Amino acid sequence: MPPIISVQGLNKTYASGFEALKNLDLDINTGEIFALLGPNGAGKTTLISIICGIANPTRGTVTADGHDILTDFRQARAKIGLVPQELATDAFETVWATVNFSRGLFGKAPNPEHLEKILRQLSLWDKRDSKIKALSGGMKRRVMIAKALSHEPKILFLDEPTAGVDVELRRDMWEMVRGLREQGVTIILTTHYIEEAEEMADRIGVISQGEIILVEEKTALMRKLGKKQLTLSLRDPLSKVPESLASMPLTLSEDGRELNYNFDSQQEHSGISELLKELDSQGVEFRDLRTRESSLEDIFVGLVHGQ
Amino acid sequence: MNFYSVRAIYMFEMARTWRTLLQSVATPVISTSLYFVVFGSAIGSRMVDIDGVSYGAFIIPGLIMLTLLMQSISNASFGIYMPKFSGTIYEVLSAPISYVEIVLGYVGAAATKSVILGLIILVTATFFVDYRIEHPIWMFSFLVLTSITFSFLGFVIGIWADGFEKLQIVPMMIVTPLVFLGGTFYSIDMLPSFWQGVTLLNPVVYLVSGFRWSFYGVSDVHIAVSTGMTFGFLVLFVGLVWWIFKTGYKLKS
Repeated sequence: MPPIISVQGLNKTYASGFEALKNLDLDINTGEIFALLGPNGAGKTTLISIICGIANPTRGTVTADGHDILTDFRQARAKIGLVPQELATDAFETVWATVNFSRGLFGKAPNPEHLEKILRQLSLWDKRDSKIKALSGGMKRRVMIAKALSHEPKILFLDEPTAGVDVELRRDMWEMVRGLREQGVTIILTTHYIEEAEEMADRIGVISQGEIILVEEKTALMRKLGKKQLTLSLRDPLSKVPESLASMPLTLSEDGRELNYNFDSQQEHSGISELLKELDSQGVEFRDLRTRESSLEDIFVGLVHGQ
Repeated sequence: MNFYSVRAIYMFEMARTWRTLLQSVATPVISTSLYFVVFGSAIGSRMVDIDGVSYGAFIIPGLIMLTLLMQSISNASFGIYMPKFSGTIYEVLSAPISYVEIVLGYVGAAATKSVILGLIILVTATFFVDYRIEHPIWMFSFLVLTSITFSFLGFVIGIWADGFEKLQIVPMMIVTPLVFLGGTFYSIDMLPSFWQGVTLLNPVVYLVSGFRWSFYGVSDVHIAVSTGMTFGFLVLFVGLVWWIFKTGYKLKS
């Protein structure tokens, strides 16, 4: 299946001369949840703004569902829903009016049943006649999501959807995003919360200083990141790893006082108890043991700063 | 043409008007009525007729023109400035609509509102002064054309403005003086010849004169010139709007 969004050689230089995106390439697969991670100012919002038509690209092409976002913008934009980072709503409108407006704006015939369904999903149905200014911040965020979904988009951009949102709403939102994916909607979300990417995403992309520095299946990434290391401080230094343990992923420190064992914490069977039994039977004694794991956060920080 | 999109913007803007009925309709009607009372009924009775038209009736076209210009500009500028200010412009920019459709929605709504206001004031005037309309079709055409033209100017101002102050500057500092000095309260024949020449540099003179001709069949400048000037403004402002969208000026980075 061709990618639903294809970004090629995308470049964005602002009037100030600041280069926000540098020859960026990215493909988003149909039906996936893609998490775009990156520090502030990395270019996440610029990338989304260009794809959605809010900013002009300096160079490069973007297609959405096969339609070029510039030459075929009507087709492209009709497929996309956007929930921007900033809470921007028409304070004096009612929830129902604003969602209706959004649907019309995107060129769709009125469909009260669809709007009712969305408002119910987002627990906004009871608030449909309330003015937006009377709603809490979390509710306003839901209104913005409802607006983005009003025209039944195939692609949904969520720019920092859970920034400043309480735990309950965040859970609800995750639930909703999963539900949307089941309906076949492709979701691209940006986030600062690594935990969120871990929880939600099928694939994770990391952007830093206008460049995509990593795109990987989450499970593959987690497998890499899931690596743990057990370090045993030995009572007596060894000259080499004992023969019977040669098949295990063991390394000996230079002074022979530390034995390192790499294992996969994601696996049910870590092999630690076998290792310890074997060491015992070999008469290797240890004073201390510790384990260390690199979190997604470590890797993320490492990637971003390691450039 | 994306009918639903244009309708959505148009209805949104009209809803804003109904929501603020007091400010958007009652205020201009009341302030114009005050002119009718003071200049038309009170002072007008002591004034000699101008070109065979009583003073109270003479000022009606100019006062309606004043309202049309002010309201078209402020409506259209506010209409597009508010989404920029509140940030909701993102939705319009990301919608599958062309600039023509955006303009049609915003300018169409602003112009509609001005036309309605103009008609309300016209009806209101009947309570204060007697007047006639010799060329009703011309009158209505001028009313509509002026509303559309200056809604375009308002749209330009709304995009140009980066604060509420700038929204007010053009209507208050430029349009109001031009209307007052544009023959709303006097015929330019009444001025010394030098000032007549100067007055002809004021674009509003042509609008007021043409509009007054449609009421009483008398005008300061020929009706063809007035019509030509009105279309000239339309072309100028439409051109400005076209340039704004072409360049993305202040709308897109």
